[in-house]
Amino acid sequence: MPEVGGGSSAEPMIELRDVVKHYRTRGRGVVHAIDGVSLTVGHGEILGLVGESGCGKSTTARLLTALEQPTSGRITVAGRDVAGARGSGLRELRRTVQMVFQDPYASLDPRQRIGDAIGEVLRVHGLAGGKEDVRREVTRLLELVGLLPGIADRFPHQLSGGQRQRVGIARALAVRPQVLVLDEPVSALDVSVRAEIINLLARLRDELTLTYVFISHDLAMVRHLADRVAVMYLGQVVEEGPWEAVSDSATHPYTEALQAAVPVADPELERSRRTGSVRGEVPDAARPPAGCRFNPRCPLAEDVCREVAPELLPLGAAHRYACHVRQRERAGAPSGRGVS
Amino acid sequence: MTVPSAGGHPLLSVRDVHVEVRSRGGALEILRGVDLAVDRGETLAVVGESGSGKSFTALTVAGLLPDGATVTSGAVELGGVDLLRLRESQRRAVRGGEIGMVYQDSMTSLNPVMRIGRQVAEALTAHGWSRADARARTVEVLGEVGLPSPERLVRLYPHQLSGGMRQRVLIACAIAPRPKVLIADEPTTALDVTIQQQILELVTGLRDEYGLAVVWITHDLGVVARIADRVAVMYAGRVVEHGATRPLYRAPAHPYTDGLLRSIPTEADAHQQPLPQIGGTPVSVAELPPGCPFGPRCPQHRAMCDEEEPPLLDRAQSRAACWVPREEWTSSVPRAVAGA
Repeated sequence: MPEVGGGSSAEPMIELRDVVKHYRTRGRGVVHAIDGVSLTVGHGEILGLVGESGCGKSTTARLLTALEQPTSGRITVAGRDVAGARGSGLRELRRTVQMVFQDPYASLDPRQRIGDAIGEVLRVHGLAGGKEDVRREVTRLLELVGLLPGIADRFPHQLSGGQRQRVGIARALAVRPQVLVLDEPVSALDVSVRAEIINLLARLRDELTLTYVFISHDLAMVRHLADRVAVMYLGQVVEEGPWEAVSDSATHPYTEALQAAVPVADPELERSRRTGSVRGEVPDAARPPAGCRFNPRCPLAEDVCREVAPELLPLGAAHRYACHVRQRERAGAPSGRGVS
Repeated sequence: MTVPSAGGHPLLSVRDVHVEVRSRGGALEILRGVDLAVDRGETLAVVGESGSGKSFTALTVAGLLPDGATVTSGAVELGGVDLLRLRESQRRAVRGGEIGMVYQDSMTSLNPVMRIGRQVAEALTAHGWSRADARARTVEVLGEVGLPSPERLVRLYPHQLSGGMRQRVLIACAIAPRPKVLIADEPTTALDVTIQQQILELVTGLRDEYGLAVVWITHDLGVVARIADRVAVMYAGRVVEHGATRPLYRAPAHPYTDGLLRSIPTEADAHQQPLPQIGGTPVSVAELPPGCPFGPRCPQHRAMCDEEEPPLLDRAQSRAACWVPREEWTSSVPRAVAGA
C-alpha cells in the first residue's frame, strides 16, 4: 500500500493499517463492518469521513475511541497502540481521543446541572480537585465554546440544541484531548445553528491544534471544513484525498453518485445537474458482493469488477481511488487529465 | 388575505389558519395565521425549523390534528370546499380519499404483523372500495411506486423490505385511492442520500403523471431546491415568506430566509473560514417577543419591528412578512450573540 497523505509532521496523529472489524451475529453470519481500511491523519488535520449507512464510518469511530477492538490490523493514535491498550494505557488513550455525538441530549443526564456534568469529567480524570478549582475550569471550558458561565447552573432541557452541542464539545475538551471524533455533530441541529457550530469547531481546531475525524453525510459541510476526505462504501475506503480533489474532481463512480444524490440549496444548479439515481440499495454487509463492492449498483461495472476487488491506487500527489474502469481509462488517457 | 398561486383558483388553499393546543399550562397558539396555496401538478415545500409549526400545518390540512389541538379560525379549501366546515364523516372521506399523507418513519407507520398487500388494500376499503377492486388496485399501485414484482410483494411483511422499499409502500398507501393532494412530512430524513434521491424522483414523477398537488414538509433547503416549484418558509407559527422557488432563492425578501440560505456552505465560501451565521436561537411560540418574532435575531432590525408584527407584504420576487424591503437592507452583523 503506498504511503500517502498525512500532515506536515513525520509521525501521523492517527494511523489505521489494514484494519478489519467483523461481527459474528446470530442468523446473519459474519458482518464485514470494516474490511481492510488504511488511513492516516496528520497532526492538526481534519479528515472528513463520508458514506451511507453500513459503510463503516461509525465502526471506525468506535475503534478510534477504543470502545471496540479490531478483528485484525493496527491502529495507532499519537504513537500509542490502540488495539493493545488496557489499564492506565487505555485511560491515557481515552484522554487523548474524545468523541462528540450527534445528539448531545442523549449523552447528558437530564437531572444533572451543566456545571456538574462537566465537573464530573474533570473529577473522574483527576484534572481538578477542590470545588473552586472545578468551578474555575468549568467556566473556562464554557467560555472556550462560546457560552456564558451562567449556563453551568442550568439543566439540559433549559438549553437550545445549539447550546447543548456546545456543552457536548466543552465536555469532550475537559480532558484536554488531542483528537476529536465528531460523529454527525450538526445533523440533529436546526439549519440556522449548524453554521455557528461548524465555525466553532474550525476555531477550536486552530486555537488548540486539535485533530478531527469529522463523520458526516453533509457533503457541503465536509467540503467546507475538512482538509482531507475519505469516502467509504460497505466497509472499505473507495476514494481518499485532499478536499479539493475529492470534492471537485471525484474519480470513483460511488463518490460521483453520492455527490449527484445530495441536493444543493441552489435551484439553478439543481436544474442543470445530471439526473438519474444510482440504482438499488446498499447490500447486506454480511454478504458483500464479490469483486468491487459497488459493482451491482455501478453504471460502469464490467466483468472484471464482478471478479477482482480493485486496489486503492494513487492519482496525483495524495489522491487515491479504487476503480478498475477509471484506473484503466487514466492509464490509457493522455497525460495531465484529471490530475489533482 | 390573498394567496399567491399559479392559477386564479388554487386546488388547495390554507387561509389565515390558527391552531391552539390546550394543556395544563393553558392554551398555546401553535399556528398564528398560516397562509398557503398549491395547485395541480405543483410541489409546494413548507420549510421550517423545529417549533416553526410546519408539521402542525401538515396535520391541519390532512385533518389529523392530535387531541388537545383545535383550529380556532381560518379555512382549508380543497376545490372550493372548506374542509374545516365539513361534518366529521365527510371530512374522513376527504382525508385519505382526496388527501394522502406520508410520514417520516416508515417502520412505525406500517403495521409489522400485517402483510404489505393487506395494508395497502385497507387504505382503499376504508374509502369505500370493494375488496376485489382494492386487490387489483394494490398490485397496480405497488408497480406505480416502482416496486419490483408486486404480485409477490403483497405477501411479504414490512421487516422483509429495505428502508427505501418501505417508504415506497407508504407512498403507495397514500396514493392508492388516487388523491388530488399528497402531503409528505419529511419522508426522506431517515433515508440514505442515494435512496432519498430515488424517492424524490418517484414523487416528482407521480406529480407529473397524475397531476398531484404535493405539499412537502422539510428542513432541508437542498431538497426544496431540487423538487419545489414554490416554497413557504415558516417561523414561529406563521409563513414569513412565500413565493416561486428560483426567484425566492435568488433574492429572499425575509432576513430569516436570507440568513438560512447564507449559512449553508457553498463553493463561494472560503474554505474553513467562518460561515455567515444567524446567531441567537429559534424562538418558541410560548415566549414570543413583542412585534416581529424574528426581531431579536434579525440583522435588519429597526425600532418599528418591536412594535407591530408585519403581515405578508408584496415584494419583488415573493411575499414576505418583513417591514424592511430588501433594497433597504444593510449588511450589518447579526445583533444576537451566539449561545448568550
